[in-house]
Amino acid sequence: MIRKLHEKLISGEITSAKLTEEYFNSISQKEKDIQAYLSLTKDLALEQANFVDEKIKRGEEIDLLAGIPCAVKDNLCLEGKRTTAASKILDNYIAPYDATVIRKIKEVGAVILGKTNMDEFAMGSSTENSAYQITKNPRDLERVPGGSSGGSAAAVASGEAAWALGSDTGGSIRQPASFCGIVGLKPTYGRVSRNGLLAMASSLDQIGPLTLTVEDAAIVLSRIAGEDEKDSTASVSFGKKYEDYLTGDVSKIKIGIPQEYLKEGLDEDVRNNFQKAVEKFKKMGAEIKEISLPYSQYSLSTYYLIMPSEVSSNLARFDGIKYGLRVDDKESSALKADGMPRTLLETYLDSREYGFGPEVKRRIMLGTYALSAGYYDAYYLKAQKVRALIKKDFEKAFEEVDLIFSPTTPETAFKVGEKTKDILKMYLSDIFTITANLAGIPAISFPISEINGLPLGGQLMGKWFDEEGVLNAAYTFEINS
Amino acid sequence: MLSEKEIKNIAKLARIGIEEKEVEGYQKDLSAILDHFKELEKLDTSQVEPIGHITGRDNVFRSDQRKEKTKEEREDILRNSPERKNNYVKVKSVL
Repeated sequence: MIRKLHEKLISGEITSAKLTEEYFNSISQKEKDIQAYLSLTKDLALEQANFVDEKIKRGEEIDLLAGIPCAVKDNLCLEGKRTTAASKILDNYIAPYDATVIRKIKEVGAVILGKTNMDEFAMGSSTENSAYQITKNPRDLERVPGGSSGGSAAAVASGEAAWALGSDTGGSIRQPASFCGIVGLKPTYGRVSRNGLLAMASSLDQIGPLTLTVEDAAIVLSRIAGEDEKDSTASVSFGKKYEDYLTGDVSKIKIGIPQEYLKEGLDEDVRNNFQKAVEKFKKMGAEIKEISLPYSQYSLSTYYLIMPSEVSSNLARFDGIKYGLRVDDKESSALKADGMPRTLLETYLDSREYGFGPEVKRRIMLGTYALSAGYYDAYYLKAQKVRALIKKDFEKAFEEVDLIFSPTTPETAFKVGEKTKDILKMYLSDIFTITANLAGIPAISFPISEINGLPLGGQLMGKWFDEEGVLNAAYTFEINS
Repeated sequence: MLSEKEIKNIAKLARIGIEEKEVEGYQKDLSAILDHFKELEKLDTSQVEPIGHITGRDNVFRSDQRKEKTKEEREDILRNSPERKNNYVKVKSVL
Protein backbone atom coordinates (compact mmCIF):
# COMPACT_ATOMS: atom_id res chain seq x y z
CA MET A 1 0.00 0.00 0.00
CA ILE A 2 2.66 2.54 1.03
CA ARG A 3 4.91 1.83 -1.93
CA LYS A 4 1.94 2.00 -4.33
CA LEU A 5 0.86 5.36 -2.94
CA HIS A 6 4.46 6.57 -3.09
CA GLU A 7 4.65 5.65 -6.81
CA LYS A 8 1.43 7.55 -7.47
CA LEU A 9 2.78 10.61 -5.68
CA ILE A 10 6.10 10.78 -7.48
CA SER A 11 4.54 10.05 -10.87
CA GLY A 12 2.13 12.91 -10.33
CA GLU A 13 -0.93 10.66 -10.57
CA ILE A 14 -2.16 12.14 -7.29
CA THR A 15 -1.03 14.91 -4.97
CA SER A 16 -0.58 14.43 -1.25
CA ALA A 17 -3.15 17.16 -0.66
CA LYS A 18 -5.73 15.27 -2.76
CA LEU A 19 -4.85 11.98 -1.09
CA THR A 20 -5.17 13.59 2.34
CA GLU A 21 -8.55 15.06 1.43
CA GLU A 22 -9.72 11.64 0.27
CA TYR A 23 -8.81 10.18 3.64
CA PHE A 24 -10.66 12.97 5.45
CA ASN A 25 -13.70 12.22 3.27
CA SER A 26 -13.44 8.59 4.20
CA ILE A 27 -13.25 9.61 7.84
CA SER A 28 -16.32 11.82 7.68
CA GLN A 29 -18.29 9.01 6.04
CA LYS A 30 -17.20 6.18 8.31
CA GLU A 31 -16.68 7.75 11.71
CA LYS A 32 -20.34 7.67 12.69
CA ASP A 33 -20.04 3.88 12.63
CA ILE A 34 -16.40 3.21 13.48
CA GLN A 35 -15.51 6.00 15.96
CA ALA A 36 -11.80 5.34 15.59
CA TYR A 37 -10.63 8.93 16.09
CA LEU A 38 -10.66 11.09 19.23
CA SER A 39 -9.43 14.18 17.41
CA LEU A 40 -8.54 15.18 13.87
CA THR A 41 -5.61 17.40 12.90
CA LYS A 42 -6.81 18.68 9.54
CA ASP A 43 -4.80 21.92 9.40
CA LEU A 44 -1.57 20.14 10.31
CA ALA A 45 -2.24 17.37 7.80
CA LEU A 46 -2.90 19.71 4.89
CA GLU A 47 0.16 21.79 5.79
CA GLN A 48 2.29 18.65 5.79
CA ALA A 49 0.73 17.44 2.53
CA ASN A 50 1.35 20.77 0.79
CA PHE A 51 4.96 20.76 1.95
CA VAL A 52 5.52 17.34 0.37
CA ASP A 53 3.71 18.39 -2.85
CA GLU A 54 6.06 21.37 -3.13
CA LYS A 55 9.07 19.06 -2.82
CA ILE A 56 7.71 16.79 -5.54
CA LYS A 57 7.07 19.77 -7.83
CA ARG A 58 10.68 20.89 -7.38
CA GLY A 59 11.79 17.41 -8.43
CA GLU A 60 13.29 16.63 -5.03
CA GLU A 61 13.51 13.07 -3.78
CA ILE A 62 11.04 12.13 -1.10
CA ASP A 63 10.99 9.35 1.48
CA LEU A 64 8.66 6.35 1.04
CA LEU A 65 6.47 7.64 3.86
CA ALA A 66 6.30 11.22 2.63
CA GLY A 67 2.85 12.58 1.89
CA ILE A 68 1.10 9.45 3.07
CA PRO A 69 -1.66 9.97 5.67
CA CYS A 70 -1.45 8.14 8.97
CA ALA A 71 -3.18 7.99 12.34
CA VAL A 72 -1.50 8.15 15.75
CA LYS A 73 -2.65 6.53 18.98
CA ASP A 74 -3.65 9.17 21.51
CA ASN A 75 -0.98 8.21 24.04
CA LEU A 76 1.71 9.70 21.81
CA CYS A 77 2.49 13.38 22.28
CA LEU A 78 1.86 15.52 19.21
CA GLU A 79 3.07 19.06 19.83
CA GLY A 80 0.36 21.66 20.22
CA LYS A 81 -2.39 19.08 19.99
CA ARG A 82 -4.70 17.46 22.49
CA THR A 83 -3.21 14.26 23.86
CA THR A 84 -5.50 12.41 26.26
CA ALA A 85 -4.54 8.72 26.47
CA ALA A 86 -8.36 8.38 26.27
CA SER A 87 -8.63 9.54 29.89
CA LYS A 88 -10.70 12.32 31.44
CA ILE A 89 -7.72 13.28 33.55
CA LEU A 90 -5.99 14.59 30.41
CA ASP A 91 -9.10 15.97 28.75
CA ASN A 92 -7.55 19.43 28.40
CA TYR A 93 -3.89 18.48 28.00
CA ILE A 94 -2.06 20.03 25.05
CA ALA A 95 1.27 18.30 24.46
CA PRO A 96 4.15 20.80 24.59
CA TYR A 97 6.41 18.57 22.52
CA ASP A 98 6.49 15.85 19.89
CA ALA A 99 7.26 12.29 20.89
CA THR A 100 10.53 11.15 19.29
CA VAL A 101 8.67 8.83 16.90
CA ILE A 102 6.41 11.73 15.88
CA ARG A 103 9.42 13.95 15.27
CA LYS A 104 10.93 11.17 13.16
CA ILE A 105 7.88 10.59 10.98
CA LYS A 106 7.39 14.34 10.56
CA GLU A 107 11.02 14.60 9.40
CA VAL A 108 10.39 12.16 6.56
CA GLY A 109 7.21 13.98 5.55
CA ALA A 110 4.41 11.80 6.91
CA VAL A 111 0.94 13.37 7.06
CA ILE A 112 -0.84 13.05 10.41
CA LEU A 113 -4.63 12.84 10.15
CA GLY A 114 -5.49 12.66 13.84
CA LYS A 115 -5.29 10.87 17.20
CA THR A 116 -6.98 7.55 17.68
CA ASN A 117 -9.10 6.05 20.40
CA MET A 118 -7.69 3.51 22.82
CA ASP A 119 -8.34 1.86 26.16
CA GLU A 120 -7.68 4.48 28.85
CA PHE A 121 -3.92 4.68 29.49
CA ALA A 122 -3.58 1.58 27.29
CA MET A 123 -5.25 -0.61 29.89
CA GLY A 124 -7.52 -3.05 28.21
CA SER A 125 -8.00 -5.46 25.33
CA SER A 126 -11.03 -4.06 23.58
CA THR A 127 -10.88 -0.22 23.56
CA GLU A 128 -14.07 -0.34 25.65
CA ASN A 129 -12.17 1.25 28.55
CA SER A 130 -11.85 4.55 26.72
CA ALA A 131 -13.34 7.41 28.74
CA TYR A 132 -14.74 8.90 25.55
CA GLN A 133 -16.22 6.50 23.03
CA ILE A 134 -16.46 2.90 21.87
CA THR A 135 -14.66 2.03 18.65
CA LYS A 136 -16.23 -0.65 16.46
CA ASN A 137 -14.53 -3.36 14.48
CA PRO A 138 -14.85 -2.44 10.76
CA ARG A 139 -15.33 -6.13 9.95
CA ASP A 140 -18.39 -6.37 12.22
CA LEU A 141 -19.80 -3.27 13.87
CA GLU A 142 -21.18 -5.24 16.82
CA ARG A 143 -17.72 -6.37 17.77
CA VAL A 144 -14.70 -4.80 19.35
CA PRO A 145 -11.60 -3.89 17.36
CA GLY A 146 -9.43 -5.21 20.18
CA GLY A 147 -7.22 -3.07 22.40
CA SER A 148 -5.63 -1.06 23.54
CA SER A 149 -4.68 0.25 20.06
CA GLY A 150 -8.21 -0.39 18.79
CA GLY A 151 -8.66 3.04 17.23
CA SER A 152 -5.45 2.75 15.21
CA ALA A 153 -6.33 -0.77 14.06
CA ALA A 154 -9.88 0.20 13.10
CA ALA A 155 -8.68 3.30 11.22
CA VAL A 156 -6.29 1.25 9.08
CA ALA A 157 -8.73 -1.63 8.55
CA SER A 158 -11.56 0.68 7.47
CA GLY A 159 -9.47 2.83 5.13
CA GLU A 160 -9.55 5.88 7.40
CA ALA A 161 -5.73 5.97 7.40
CA ALA A 162 -3.05 4.34 5.22
CA TRP A 163 -1.11 3.25 8.31
CA ALA A 164 -1.00 3.97 12.02
CA LEU A 165 1.16 3.99 15.12
CA GLY A 166 0.14 2.13 18.25
CA SER A 167 1.75 0.93 21.45
CA ASP A 168 2.11 -2.57 22.88
CA THR A 169 2.65 -3.51 26.52
CA GLY A 170 0.98 -6.93 26.64
CA GLY A 171 -0.35 -7.29 23.09
CA SER A 172 -1.99 -3.94 22.44
CA ILE A 173 -0.78 -3.71 18.83
CA ARG A 174 -0.95 -7.38 17.90
CA GLN A 175 -4.33 -8.35 19.34
CA PRO A 176 -6.23 -5.50 17.59
CA ALA A 177 -4.33 -6.31 14.39
CA SER A 178 -5.55 -9.90 14.69
CA PHE A 179 -9.15 -8.84 15.42
CA CYS A 180 -9.27 -6.33 12.54
CA GLY A 181 -7.45 -8.45 9.96
CA ILE A 182 -4.37 -6.28 9.53
CA VAL A 183 -0.64 -6.39 10.37
CA GLY A 184 0.71 -5.23 13.74
CA LEU A 185 4.34 -5.28 14.87
CA LYS A 186 5.78 -4.97 18.36
CA PRO A 187 9.53 -4.35 17.99
CA THR A 188 12.21 -5.63 20.38
CA TYR A 189 12.15 -3.72 23.67
CA GLY A 190 14.47 -0.78 23.13
CA ARG A 191 14.24 -0.83 19.31
CA VAL A 192 12.04 2.28 19.28
CA SER A 193 12.34 5.26 21.61
CA ARG A 194 9.56 5.65 24.17
CA ASN A 195 10.13 9.39 24.62
CA GLY A 196 6.77 11.08 24.32
CA LEU A 197 4.76 7.91 24.84
CA LEU A 198 2.57 8.34 27.92
CA ALA A 199 4.15 5.56 29.92
CA MET A 200 2.14 2.59 31.09
CA ALA A 201 4.70 -0.05 32.14
CA SER A 202 8.19 1.18 31.39
CA SER A 203 9.88 -2.22 31.16
CA LEU A 204 7.24 -3.56 28.74
CA ASP A 205 5.99 -0.69 26.52
CA GLN A 206 6.99 -0.43 22.86
CA ILE A 207 5.65 1.67 20.00
CA GLY A 208 5.01 -0.01 16.66
CA PRO A 209 3.17 0.13 13.32
CA LEU A 210 -0.31 -1.10 12.37
CA THR A 211 -0.53 -1.52 8.61
CA LEU A 212 -2.33 -3.27 5.77
CA THR A 213 0.73 -5.22 4.63
CA VAL A 214 3.92 -6.61 6.15
CA GLU A 215 6.09 -4.51 3.83
CA ASP A 216 4.33 -1.39 5.12
CA ALA A 217 5.17 -2.38 8.70
CA ALA A 218 8.82 -2.84 7.69
CA ILE A 219 8.88 0.58 6.03
CA VAL A 220 7.41 2.32 9.08
CA LEU A 221 9.72 0.50 11.49
CA SER A 222 12.79 1.67 9.58
CA ARG A 223 11.74 5.27 10.11
CA ILE A 224 10.90 5.06 13.81
CA ALA A 225 13.68 2.77 15.08
CA GLY A 226 16.83 4.02 16.71
CA GLU A 227 18.57 5.30 19.79
CA ASP A 228 17.50 8.50 21.47
CA GLU A 229 19.28 10.69 24.03
CA LYS A 230 15.87 11.28 25.56
CA ASP A 231 15.25 7.57 26.18
CA SER A 232 18.11 5.77 27.87
CA THR A 233 16.35 2.42 27.41
CA ALA A 234 16.43 2.70 23.61
CA SER A 235 19.16 0.72 21.90
CA VAL A 236 21.63 1.81 19.27
CA SER A 237 20.54 1.19 15.69
CA PHE A 238 22.36 1.31 12.38
CA GLY A 239 19.77 2.89 10.12
CA LYS A 240 18.60 -0.49 8.84
CA LYS A 241 16.00 -0.45 6.07
CA TYR A 242 13.90 -3.44 7.09
CA GLU A 243 12.00 -3.46 3.80
CA ASP A 244 15.28 -4.48 2.10
CA TYR A 245 15.29 -7.73 4.05
CA LEU A 246 12.04 -9.06 2.62
CA THR A 247 13.37 -11.85 0.41
CA GLY A 248 10.18 -13.92 0.32
CA ASP A 249 12.24 -17.01 1.07
CA VAL A 250 11.90 -19.07 4.25
CA SER A 251 13.46 -22.27 2.95
CA LYS A 252 16.26 -22.35 5.50
CA ILE A 253 14.20 -21.12 8.44
CA LYS A 254 13.34 -23.24 11.48
CA ILE A 255 10.00 -22.38 13.04
CA GLY A 256 9.12 -23.59 16.52
CA ILE A 257 5.56 -24.31 17.65
CA PRO A 258 5.23 -24.03 21.46
CA GLN A 259 3.34 -27.07 22.70
CA GLU A 260 2.08 -25.20 25.77
CA TYR A 261 0.13 -22.78 23.58
CA LEU A 262 -1.85 -25.48 21.82
CA LYS A 263 -3.11 -27.47 24.79
CA GLU A 264 -6.69 -28.61 25.30
CA GLY A 265 -9.08 -25.82 25.87
CA LEU A 266 -7.96 -23.97 22.75
CA ASP A 267 -10.92 -23.32 20.48
CA GLU A 268 -11.14 -26.01 17.78
CA ASP A 269 -11.61 -23.54 14.91
CA VAL A 270 -8.56 -21.56 16.04
CA ARG A 271 -6.53 -24.75 16.35
CA ASN A 272 -7.53 -26.02 12.90
CA ASN A 273 -6.92 -22.73 11.16
CA PHE A 274 -3.59 -22.36 12.92
CA GLN A 275 -2.57 -25.87 11.82
CA LYS A 276 -3.40 -24.94 8.21
CA ALA A 277 -1.08 -21.93 8.54
CA VAL A 278 1.68 -24.20 9.89
CA GLU A 279 1.22 -26.45 6.83
CA LYS A 280 1.58 -23.39 4.61
CA PHE A 281 4.94 -22.57 6.16
CA LYS A 282 6.00 -26.18 5.59
CA LYS A 283 5.00 -25.93 1.93
CA MET A 284 7.11 -22.76 1.65
CA GLY A 285 10.12 -24.78 2.75
CA ALA A 286 10.39 -23.89 6.42
CA GLU A 287 11.30 -26.61 8.89
CA ILE A 288 8.71 -26.97 11.65
CA LYS A 289 9.76 -28.14 15.12
CA GLU A 290 7.79 -28.59 18.27
CA ILE A 291 9.35 -26.68 21.16
CA SER A 292 8.61 -26.19 24.81
CA LEU A 293 8.36 -22.99 26.80
CA PRO A 294 7.77 -24.48 30.24
CA TYR A 295 7.62 -21.21 32.18
CA SER A 296 5.07 -19.68 29.82
CA GLN A 297 2.28 -20.94 32.09
CA TYR A 298 3.41 -18.33 34.62
CA SER A 299 3.39 -15.42 32.17
CA LEU A 300 -0.11 -14.16 32.95
CA SER A 301 0.64 -14.00 36.69
CA THR A 302 4.05 -12.47 36.10
CA TYR A 303 2.62 -9.85 33.76
CA TYR A 304 -0.30 -8.95 36.02
CA LEU A 305 2.18 -8.30 38.83
CA ILE A 306 4.90 -6.39 36.97
CA MET A 307 2.58 -4.28 34.83
CA PRO A 308 0.30 -2.83 37.55
CA SER A 309 3.32 -2.15 39.77
CA GLU A 310 4.96 -0.08 37.06
CA VAL A 311 1.61 1.50 36.22
CA SER A 312 1.10 2.64 39.82
CA SER A 313 4.43 4.39 39.66
CA ASN A 314 3.99 5.91 36.20
CA LEU A 315 0.51 7.27 36.84
CA ALA A 316 1.47 8.95 40.11
CA ARG A 317 2.28 12.07 38.08
CA PHE A 318 -1.40 12.66 37.28
CA ASP A 319 -2.23 14.61 40.40
CA GLY A 320 -4.01 17.65 39.02
CA ILE A 321 -1.09 19.94 39.78
CA LYS A 322 1.15 20.41 36.74
CA TYR A 323 -1.30 19.44 34.00
CA GLY A 324 -4.55 17.71 33.36
CA LEU A 325 -7.75 17.75 35.30
CA ARG A 326 -7.91 19.22 38.78
CA VAL A 327 -11.19 18.74 40.56
CA ASP A 328 -11.50 22.17 42.13
CA ASP A 329 -10.76 23.70 38.78
CA LYS A 330 -13.54 26.18 38.11
CA GLU A 331 -13.98 24.78 34.59
CA SER A 332 -14.53 21.18 35.70
CA SER A 333 -18.10 21.67 36.78
CA ALA A 334 -19.05 18.46 34.98
CA LEU A 335 -17.68 16.49 37.91
CA LYS A 336 -19.87 15.82 40.91
CA ALA A 337 -17.36 16.18 43.72
CA ASP A 338 -19.07 16.47 47.11
CA GLY A 339 -17.79 19.87 48.04
CA MET A 340 -14.52 21.18 46.73
CA PRO A 341 -11.20 19.89 48.09
CA ARG A 342 -10.04 21.86 51.10
CA THR A 343 -6.57 20.41 51.38
CA LEU A 344 -3.78 19.42 48.99
CA LEU A 345 -4.35 15.76 49.82
CA GLU A 346 -8.00 16.09 48.89
CA THR A 347 -6.99 17.67 45.57
CA TYR A 348 -5.04 14.50 44.80
CA LEU A 349 -7.75 12.14 46.08
CA ASP A 350 -10.59 13.83 44.22
CA SER A 351 -8.77 14.54 40.95
CA ARG A 352 -7.63 10.95 40.68
CA GLU A 353 -10.95 9.53 41.84
CA TYR A 354 -12.88 11.36 39.15
CA GLY A 355 -10.20 11.63 36.50
CA PHE A 356 -9.35 7.95 36.20
CA GLY A 357 -11.69 5.22 34.97
CA PRO A 358 -12.37 2.01 36.93
CA GLU A 359 -9.85 -0.25 35.18
CA VAL A 360 -7.08 2.31 35.64
CA LYS A 361 -7.88 2.69 39.32
CA ARG A 362 -8.03 -1.07 39.76
CA ARG A 363 -4.56 -1.53 38.31
CA ILE A 364 -3.07 1.35 40.29
CA MET A 365 -4.53 -0.16 43.47
CA LEU A 366 -3.12 -3.58 42.60
CA GLY A 367 0.31 -2.18 41.83
CA THR A 368 0.36 -0.01 44.95
CA TYR A 369 -0.38 -3.07 47.07
CA ALA A 370 2.23 -5.20 45.30
CA LEU A 371 4.91 -2.59 45.89
CA SER A 372 3.98 -1.64 49.43
CA ALA A 373 6.14 -2.41 52.44
CA GLY A 374 6.24 -6.08 53.24
CA TYR A 375 4.94 -7.18 49.84
CA TYR A 376 7.61 -5.93 47.41
CA ASP A 377 9.76 -9.06 47.76
CA ALA A 378 6.87 -11.48 47.52
CA TYR A 379 5.26 -9.87 44.51
CA TYR A 380 7.23 -7.48 42.28
CA LEU A 381 10.70 -8.84 42.93
CA LYS A 382 9.47 -12.42 42.65
CA ALA A 383 7.77 -11.62 39.36
CA GLN A 384 10.97 -10.05 37.97
CA LYS A 385 12.80 -13.27 38.86
CA VAL A 386 10.19 -15.45 37.18
CA ARG A 387 10.51 -13.10 34.22
CA ALA A 388 14.19 -14.07 34.01
CA LEU A 389 13.10 -17.72 33.83
CA ILE A 390 10.59 -16.92 31.08
CA LYS A 391 13.33 -15.11 29.15
CA LYS A 392 15.62 -18.15 29.56
CA ASP A 393 12.93 -20.35 27.97
CA PHE A 394 13.19 -18.22 24.84
CA GLU A 395 17.00 -18.19 24.90
CA LYS A 396 16.95 -22.00 24.95
CA ALA A 397 14.26 -22.18 22.26
CA PHE A 398 16.19 -19.85 19.95
CA GLU A 399 19.17 -22.22 20.08
CA GLU A 400 16.98 -24.71 18.21
CA VAL A 401 14.75 -22.49 16.07
CA ASP A 402 14.86 -19.07 14.38
CA LEU A 403 11.25 -18.08 14.91
CA ILE A 404 8.30 -19.11 17.09
CA PHE A 405 4.78 -19.32 15.64
CA SER A 406 1.45 -19.32 17.46
CA PRO A 407 -2.04 -17.92 17.10
CA THR A 408 -2.06 -14.24 18.14
CA THR A 409 -5.24 -14.60 20.15
CA PRO A 410 -7.24 -17.58 21.46
CA GLU A 411 -10.34 -16.22 19.69
CA THR A 412 -11.66 -13.86 17.03
CA ALA A 413 -13.18 -10.46 17.88
CA PHE A 414 -15.77 -10.70 20.65
CA LYS A 415 -18.92 -8.60 20.90
CA VAL A 416 -19.00 -5.18 22.52
CA GLY A 417 -19.94 -5.63 26.19
CA GLU A 418 -19.30 -9.37 26.17
CA LYS A 419 -16.27 -9.35 28.48
CA THR A 420 -16.58 -6.14 30.42
CA LYS A 421 -18.13 -7.83 33.47
CA ASP A 422 -15.40 -10.43 33.92
CA ILE A 423 -11.97 -8.86 34.22
CA LEU A 424 -10.14 -12.15 34.41
CA LYS A 425 -11.75 -13.27 31.14
CA MET A 426 -10.66 -10.00 29.52
CA TYR A 427 -7.10 -10.58 30.77
CA LEU A 428 -7.02 -14.03 29.11
CA SER A 429 -7.24 -12.36 25.68
CA ASP A 430 -3.56 -11.53 26.05
CA ILE A 431 -2.33 -14.99 26.87
CA PHE A 432 -0.33 -15.53 23.68
CA THR A 433 0.96 -12.00 23.37
CA ILE A 434 2.30 -11.08 26.81
CA THR A 435 5.31 -13.43 26.71
CA ALA A 436 6.91 -11.36 23.95
CA ASN A 437 6.70 -8.25 26.15
CA LEU A 438 8.06 -10.09 29.18
CA ALA A 439 10.98 -11.51 27.18
CA GLY A 440 11.49 -8.27 25.22
CA ILE A 441 11.48 -10.04 21.85
CA PRO A 442 10.00 -8.75 18.58
CA ALA A 443 6.60 -10.11 17.57
CA ILE A 444 4.29 -9.57 14.61
CA SER A 445 0.64 -10.44 14.03
CA PHE A 446 -0.53 -10.96 10.46
CA PRO A 447 -3.77 -12.35 9.01
CA ILE A 448 -3.71 -16.12 8.55
CA SER A 449 -7.36 -17.02 8.21
CA GLU A 450 -10.99 -16.21 8.86
CA ILE A 451 -13.47 -17.94 11.14
CA ASN A 452 -17.14 -17.24 10.36
CA GLY A 453 -16.08 -14.13 8.46
CA LEU A 454 -13.94 -12.78 11.30
CA PRO A 455 -10.17 -12.38 10.90
CA LEU A 456 -7.68 -14.54 12.81
CA GLY A 457 -4.08 -13.48 13.23
CA GLY A 458 -0.96 -15.61 13.49
CA GLN A 459 1.96 -14.44 15.59
CA LEU A 460 5.63 -14.82 14.78
CA MET A 461 8.14 -14.11 17.54
CA GLY A 462 11.84 -13.74 16.87
CA LYS A 463 15.20 -13.29 18.52
CA TRP A 464 16.08 -10.02 20.16
CA PHE A 465 16.64 -7.40 17.46
CA ASP A 466 15.77 -9.83 14.65
CA GLU A 467 12.86 -7.76 13.31
CA GLU A 468 14.00 -8.57 9.77
CA GLY A 469 13.63 -12.30 10.40
CA VAL A 470 10.16 -11.88 11.81
CA LEU A 471 9.08 -9.49 9.03
CA ASN A 472 10.46 -11.66 6.23
CA ALA A 473 8.66 -14.79 7.39
CA ALA A 474 5.36 -12.91 7.76
CA TYR A 475 5.93 -11.32 4.36
CA THR A 476 6.59 -14.70 2.75
CA PHE A 477 3.34 -16.07 4.19
CA GLU A 478 1.47 -13.01 2.96
CA ILE A 479 2.69 -13.19 -0.64
CA ASN A 480 1.94 -16.91 -0.77
CA SER A 481 -1.60 -16.51 0.53
CA MET B 1 -9.32 -11.86 51.04
CA LEU B 2 -8.07 -8.32 51.55
CA SER B 3 -9.75 -6.50 54.43
CA GLU B 4 -11.65 -3.21 54.27
CA LYS B 5 -8.86 -1.59 56.23
CA GLU B 6 -6.23 -2.82 53.78
CA ILE B 7 -8.22 -1.50 50.80
CA LYS B 8 -8.61 1.93 52.41
CA ASN B 9 -4.92 2.02 53.23
CA ILE B 10 -3.94 1.10 49.66
CA ALA B 11 -6.24 3.81 48.32
CA LYS B 12 -4.61 6.36 50.60
CA LEU B 13 -1.13 5.30 49.44
CA ALA B 14 -2.30 5.48 45.83
CA ARG B 15 -3.85 8.88 46.49
CA ILE B 16 -7.15 7.76 45.00
CA GLY B 17 -10.38 8.71 46.78
CA ILE B 18 -12.78 5.80 47.14
CA GLU B 19 -16.38 5.68 48.32
CA GLU B 20 -17.62 3.22 50.97
CA LYS B 21 -19.70 1.42 48.36
CA GLU B 22 -16.60 0.77 46.22
CA VAL B 23 -14.61 -0.99 48.95
CA GLU B 24 -16.25 -4.39 48.52
CA GLY B 25 -15.69 -4.34 44.77
CA TYR B 26 -12.00 -3.65 45.27
CA GLN B 27 -11.75 -6.37 47.91
CA LYS B 28 -13.14 -8.90 45.44
CA ASP B 29 -11.19 -7.74 42.38
CA LEU B 30 -7.84 -7.40 44.09
CA SER B 31 -8.19 -10.69 45.97
CA ALA B 32 -9.10 -12.54 42.77
CA ILE B 33 -6.06 -11.19 40.98
CA LEU B 34 -3.77 -11.80 43.94
CA ASP B 35 -4.83 -15.46 44.10
CA HIS B 36 -3.25 -15.75 40.68
CA PHE B 37 0.10 -15.09 42.16
CA LYS B 38 0.14 -17.94 44.62
CA GLU B 39 1.48 -20.02 41.69
CA LEU B 40 4.63 -17.94 41.55
CA GLU B 41 5.39 -18.76 45.19
CA LYS B 42 5.85 -22.42 44.20
CA LEU B 43 8.78 -21.61 41.95
CA ASP B 44 12.33 -21.84 43.23
CA THR B 45 13.96 -18.56 42.24
CA SER B 46 16.69 -18.56 44.88
CA GLN B 47 19.42 -18.70 42.24
CA VAL B 48 17.79 -16.24 39.85
CA GLU B 49 18.69 -12.58 39.39
CA PRO B 50 15.68 -10.31 38.82
CA ILE B 51 15.42 -8.66 35.41
CA GLY B 52 16.64 -5.06 35.28
CA HIS B 53 16.66 -4.09 31.62
CA ILE B 54 15.38 -6.92 29.41
CA THR B 55 17.88 -6.39 26.61
CA GLY B 56 20.70 -5.79 29.03
CA ARG B 57 21.48 -2.09 28.84
CA ASP B 58 23.53 -0.60 31.64
CA ASN B 59 22.97 2.83 33.14
CA VAL B 60 23.28 5.59 30.57
CA PHE B 61 24.65 8.88 31.84
CA ARG B 62 24.76 12.37 30.45
CA SER B 63 26.85 15.32 31.58
CA ASP B 64 25.39 17.21 34.53
CA GLN B 65 24.61 20.33 32.51
CA ARG B 66 21.43 22.32 32.41
CA LYS B 67 19.65 22.80 29.11
CA GLU B 68 17.92 26.15 29.04
CA LYS B 69 14.33 26.28 27.84
CA THR B 70 13.12 29.23 25.80
CA LYS B 71 10.34 31.49 27.02
CA GLU B 72 7.95 29.86 24.49
CA GLU B 73 8.86 26.33 25.61
CA ARG B 74 8.34 27.32 29.23
CA GLU B 75 4.99 28.87 28.34
CA ASP B 76 3.90 25.70 26.46
CA ILE B 77 4.63 23.64 29.53
CA LEU B 78 3.17 25.99 32.15
CA ARG B 79 0.06 26.62 30.12
CA ASN B 80 -1.17 23.15 31.02
CA SER B 81 -1.21 23.80 34.76
CA PRO B 82 -4.66 24.39 36.25
CA GLU B 83 -3.49 27.36 38.31
CA ARG B 84 -0.35 29.41 38.11
CA LYS B 85 1.21 32.62 39.31
CA ASN B 86 3.85 33.98 36.91
CA ASN B 87 6.29 31.12 36.38
CA TYR B 88 5.07 29.12 39.36
CA VAL B 89 2.47 26.39 39.48
CA LYS B 90 0.05 27.22 42.28
CA VAL B 91 -1.12 24.58 44.80
CA LYS B 92 -2.97 24.52 48.11
CA SER B 93 -0.81 25.09 51.15
CA VAL B 94 1.49 22.24 51.93
CA LEU B 95 2.12 23.03 55.55
